Amino acid sequence: MSAQGVGASVLRKEDFRFVTGRGRYTDDINRPGQAHAFFLRSPHAHATINRIDHAAASKMPGVVAIFTGDDIAADKVGGLICGWMIHSKDGSPMKAGAHPALAQGKVRYVGDHVAVVIADTYAQAREAAEKIVVDYGVLPAVTDTADAARTGAPQVHDIAPNNTVYNWHIGDKGATDAAFASARHVAKIDLVNNRLVPNAMEPRAAVGEYDDASDGLVLYTTSQNPHVARLVLSAFIGLAPEHRFRVIAPDVGGGFGSKIFIYAEETVCVWAARKVRRPVKWTADRTEAFLSDAHGRDHVTHGELALDAAGKITAMRVRTTANLGAYLSTFSSCVPTYLYALLLSGQYNIPNIYAEVDAVYTNTAPVDAYRGAGRPEASFLVERLMEIAARETGKDPAEFRRANFITAFPHQTPVILAYDAGNFAASLDSALKLADYANIGKRKAASAAQGKLRGIGFSAYIEACGIAPSAAVGSLGAGVGLWESAEVRVNPIGTVEILTGSHSHGQGHETTFAQLVSGRLGIPFENVSIVHGDTDKVQMGMGTYGSRSGAVGMSAIVKALDKIEAKARKVAGHCLEASPDDIEFRDGKFTVKGTDKSIDFPSVALQAYIAHKFNGQDLEPGLKESAFWDPTNFTFPAGVHICEVEVDPATGVTTIEKWTAVDDFGNLVNPMIVEGQVHGGIAQGVGQALFEGAVYNTDGQLVTASFMDYQMPRADNLPFYDVGTTNTPCPSNPLGIKGCGEAGAIAAPPAVINALTDALGHEDIAMPASPLAVWRAARKTMAMKTAAE
Amino acid sequence: MPKVSMTVNGKPVSGDVDSRTLLVQFLRETLRLTGTHVGCDTSQCGCCVVHVDGDAVKSCTALALSLEGADVRTIEGLANGDKLHPMQEAFRENHGLQCGFCTPGMIMTAVELVSRKGHTLDEKTIREELEGNLCRCTGYHNIVKAIAAGATAMGAKA
Ligand code: FES
Ligand code: FES
Repeated sequence: MSAQGVGASVLRKEDFRFVTGRGRYTDDINRPGQAHAFFLRSPHAHATINRIDHAAASKMPGVVAIFTGDDIAADKVGGLICGWMIHSKDGSPMKAGAHPALAQGKVRYVGDHVAVVIADTYAQAREAAEKIVVDYGVLPAVTDTADAARTGAPQVHDIAPNNTVYNWHIGDKGATDAAFASARHVAKIDLVNNRLVPNAMEPRAAVGEYDDASDGLVLYTTSQNPHVARLVLSAFIGLAPEHRFRVIAPDVGGGFGSKIFIYAEETVCVWAARKVRRPVKWTADRTEAFLSDAHGRDHVTHGELALDAAGKITAMRVRTTANLGAYLSTFSSCVPTYLYALLLSGQYNIPNIYAEVDAVYTNTAPVDAYRGAGRPEASFLVERLMEIAARETGKDPAEFRRANFITAFPHQTPVILAYDAGNFAASLDSALKLADYANIGKRKAASAAQGKLRGIGFSAYIEACGIAPSAAVGSLGAGVGLWESAEVRVNPIGTVEILTGSHSHGQGHETTFAQLVSGRLGIPFENVSIVHGDTDKVQMGMGTYGSRSGAVGMSAIVKALDKIEAKARKVAGHCLEASPDDIEFRDGKFTVKGTDKSIDFPSVALQAYIAHKFNGQDLEPGLKESAFWDPTNFTFPAGVHICEVEVDPATGVTTIEKWTAVDDFGNLVNPMIVEGQVHGGIAQGVGQALFEGAVYNTDGQLVTASFMDYQMPRADNLPFYDVGTTNTPCPSNPLGIKGCGEAGAIAAPPAVINALTDALGHEDIAMPASPLAVWRAARKTMAMKTAAE
Repeated sequence: MPKVSMTVNGKPVSGDVDSRTLLVQFLRETLRLTGTHVGCDTSQCGCCVVHVDGDAVKSCTALALSLEGADVRTIEGLANGDKLHPMQEAFRENHGLQCGFCTPGMIMTAVELVSRKGHTLDEKTIREELEGNLCRCTGYHNIVKAIAAGATAMGAKA
């Protein structure tokens, strides 16, 4: 391993601009002559729009234009799409309600887009919007996940009777039911996986621009995948063909999934820019982010686990209702199906699994992928069931898990996935030691002596990342392939630009990708730059989500580097008058085997471009190669997190005393960055378990629409984390990488709740376990104790 | 429109502003100092923290007109040319940032914290003092470490 190559904790290249305030985020971009957009949003969760009168508003100072759904329809702007087709049990396709960028005739959630006002300044646009008169016919709303499919519930889309998007299932029902019929013990749980608001610190923003010279569009936007945005805005929404449409995602301030999707606001900004012949800018305020960013999770689930007499799992049965909100967001349909139920086997040998998932519409913001996307919901269910099963059968939770671990690989689960590599016991052993599990009894006693309740909770999670083999996801309904692209441009002086379809919004690609290239070509780290986030520079790409940049994006770079090396070898052969086969390449030098004749990489680059040493007909001049990498399997990061909490029964305050994480991410590119990803994921997972929850009242008002009402985890809510790793390299990509971006958010919630329920001595606590909820639960604990005495 | 004058990063500046213009709007939109960020609308996130006469202030919560004559320092004014301030360096060395959006506010908060509480900061103090700053990326672990290290480094320099 070189000092700055793969495996080294190299400090980040991007940090200088960020710590000096020189980052360039979308809202930092201002275009000459730009106007500002303000979206008039529905104050009602469900209403018909009888009439919109914007005559007075149009006369307000600074107003350039006001558009409504009628204008979108007149221009034949296509609706927003959901790119993953799910079929119901009966074979019928999912019921996708129309999703216009500006509402047409009906609004379906608070925050739905009614009109856009474009004015010289943002303040003017906002003031003018107050003068728009909308005649709403208010309808009753449905917001509750469990209640949405009830007969008689208000109907969100006519096309979807009983608000049902699909009734999907997976697994062998007959075999599973049979296994339950002969089970010795059945553990059961009813749970709610609470709705979350992603809350990247940078709110979404867009600047749309029209260039009348080329009749082309430019969109600056807060996107994790600018090429997918261009594809959708071009091919489906129909704003301009791709070759006359440039999408730029500059520095992006966090995404966590919420910036994958193609939203109404950027669609309208870039469409309106052509109409008003001026750049149009919009930046969400935080309230708008709460109302209109795609939310995450929101499942209601019943799960059961069957055990035989020896304590081995024989089957799992799951019934989930997933709330997808008022419209199907870009990838929403796959989250509670293929990203959820395929992970229900966890780290365990479970011969039979059957899961049913009903997806429903409600009058709430659309729900889509949020950090982990489906996999946190799966691991929460699996790990809560495992904990309960261990408790009910009187087994140690660590040893009960170990006894059911998958130990032989590859392992075919009953729910499609085939795990390729892992060593679950290694992570467990390491975590038990780091967490000092052996002495938990003493620590519990010490807490009890202070009148406190201490508990420890396990989470042995697995996830499917590196999303994903194109043909495989295609067969499951995905509308696109999920490969990645890379181009390696070697300049004549031997510096290198890497063009990648991955997108960095905090992950540090400028550093990690440069590590790969510098190590491979033996050139200084500083001589490599990474180009991403601009469809005019990078030809095509699928973007960053699902922990895929390393496993898929870097694999594409490796493939392109292979081609670079092969070509450079030929050039070197001509320079050294030797056959390419006789040349070895090491530490940035091409050497004729067994001699001291050598030439370094920058010199080869120069020779490739001046092309004096070889016949340009036999060997093309230049040194530039590109590659597409299509993975052959998902990757399977897995690990064990252990959370130790102390509860003060007098106040209900839960303190996280200790956090241990041991993850198997395969090979690591930059351990410092990997640890940072784990930390951030844990914090979001703890947020879900203890603090965060989006709450709609029965009228469909989002009552948690600000940081005053929605509790984000803060520095004083969280501990330092003890992070370790184990390594079984991933066999399906050249770098052996599994991916680390989502692990913490997947692992953490069940670890916290298992610790809390251990402390409380009963299972009666839901997420978020706020101090009030914990205080109530602790009173039950005290009552149980008194009764037992 | 009324005019406001103040010193920003050592330079006298002035501009016409609305009476409702916030300091952060004056910095970002009038002066094009876009290092100061806006992450919320309820004064909760701290992405917008700058120094006003040496105090850490949420620039989304101060009217520009109320700061006539003030001495304002933003993240752009912290480094000495290309030489980073010790707190900036500490964030870089401790991987105290990922997407970088909260970072300017974190660093400005931290520098002011050191001016109030000194160079030896324990974990609890740092965590409590970050009550007004949100970060969605880092889980705070490396921010807390960075601030402790930056505080020490600021002392070594003094
Ligand atoms: S923008 Fe000032 S506190 Fe959030
Ligand atoms: S680094 Fe992204 S919000 Fe803090």
